[in-house]
Amino acid sequence: MDLFKMFSKSDNSKDIAKERLKLVLVHDRANVSPQFLEMIKGEILRVISDYMEIDEAGLEIKLTRTKRDVDDTSVPALVANIPIRKMKDNGKF
Amino acid sequence: MGEVIVITSGKGGVGKTTTTANIGAGLSLEGKSIVVVDADIGLRNLDVVMGLENRIVYDLVDVVEGVCRLRQALIKDKRYNNLYLLPAAQTKDKNAVSPQQMQELTVELAKEFDYVIVDCPAGIEQGFKNAIAGASKAIVVTTPEVSAVRDADRIIGLLEANGLKNPQLIINRLRVDMVKRGDMMNIDDMIDILAIELIGVVPDDEHIVVSTNRGEPAVSNNESIAGQAYRNIVKRILGEDVPFMDLETDQGFITKLAKMFGFVKKR
Repeated sequence: MDLFKMFSKSDNSKDIAKERLKLVLVHDRANVSPQFLEMIKGEILRVISDYMEIDEAGLEIKLTRTKRDVDDTSVPALVANIPIRKMKDNGKF
Repeated sequence: MGEVIVITSGKGGVGKTTTTANIGAGLSLEGKSIVVVDADIGLRNLDVVMGLENRIVYDLVDVVEGVCRLRQALIKDKRYNNLYLLPAAQTKDKNAVSPQQMQELTVELAKEFDYVIVDCPAGIEQGFKNAIAGASKAIVVTTPEVSAVRDADRIIGLLEANGLKNPQLIINRLRVDMVKRGDMMNIDDMIDILAIELIGVVPDDEHIVVSTNRGEPAVSNNESIAGQAYRNIVKRILGEDVPFMDLETDQGFITKLAKMFGFVKKR
């Protein structure tokens, strides 16, 4: 039940459909396993954690499609949303 | 030199053939010359949807194999000006034609017609590769269901990988009443997910079933809201800036009222 709530912000079935689609398309588009994204996530976490404290639970990394600025063709994009709690001292100069 | 447009979707049953027939007929009503090509070899259907099934002599495979000349295989739709059908073969399979042959065929057709509209089979195998081979533009048809949108997304990726940049989207069979109560993805939801340009939204309309029964494209029916949607799509293909129908307010309300009365009557 909790898992279900995590994916759907409302009770509308269309929101459930949209969330499920978004998740399944991540893997369809990349043609990669969920483990692959988890690996990238782990690496990003490791690097960034040296410089700032981040909210690991809020970290979101996904493959999506975006319009390229130069000619407007749509290309795959890796989008990472990384909420920062605070900067670490060694990140400040 | 005419333009070759492929109508595709990935998933079957979302309305590619109906869309092809209506865009073809609609372009004719706008004064263009058109040939619609059924690329679904072995499962031909564009002929019955257009009501031309009794007039087939030769088909696409006959042309490719040199059994007949291209002109002999084209069936003229007598109800429309300059609208022709090139039917698929029913007894052969998809491997009877190669992408190279399809490309050559569409080049020949584009010399004679303003528009060559190719009805693509479902799937991503040989039939899909054949159908897109000669196209310079693609229109992806989807319905507001997870399965159809997922397949559309896959098709968009494959089109772009094959050099068909910027495919356009038709959202078919939208049920405004269901969208309103949050039980169907809306237009924005699907654009958000698929991230391609929208060229039309066709509301779910009983007229489509009736017109398919009769073999008469709904685009000619002024009372059909789907027909209106197809007329708008045709104008957009021709480069006109046509605003999208306001489905959320007026029409939705009227439809809803009509349904309510229907419901009351039944009781």
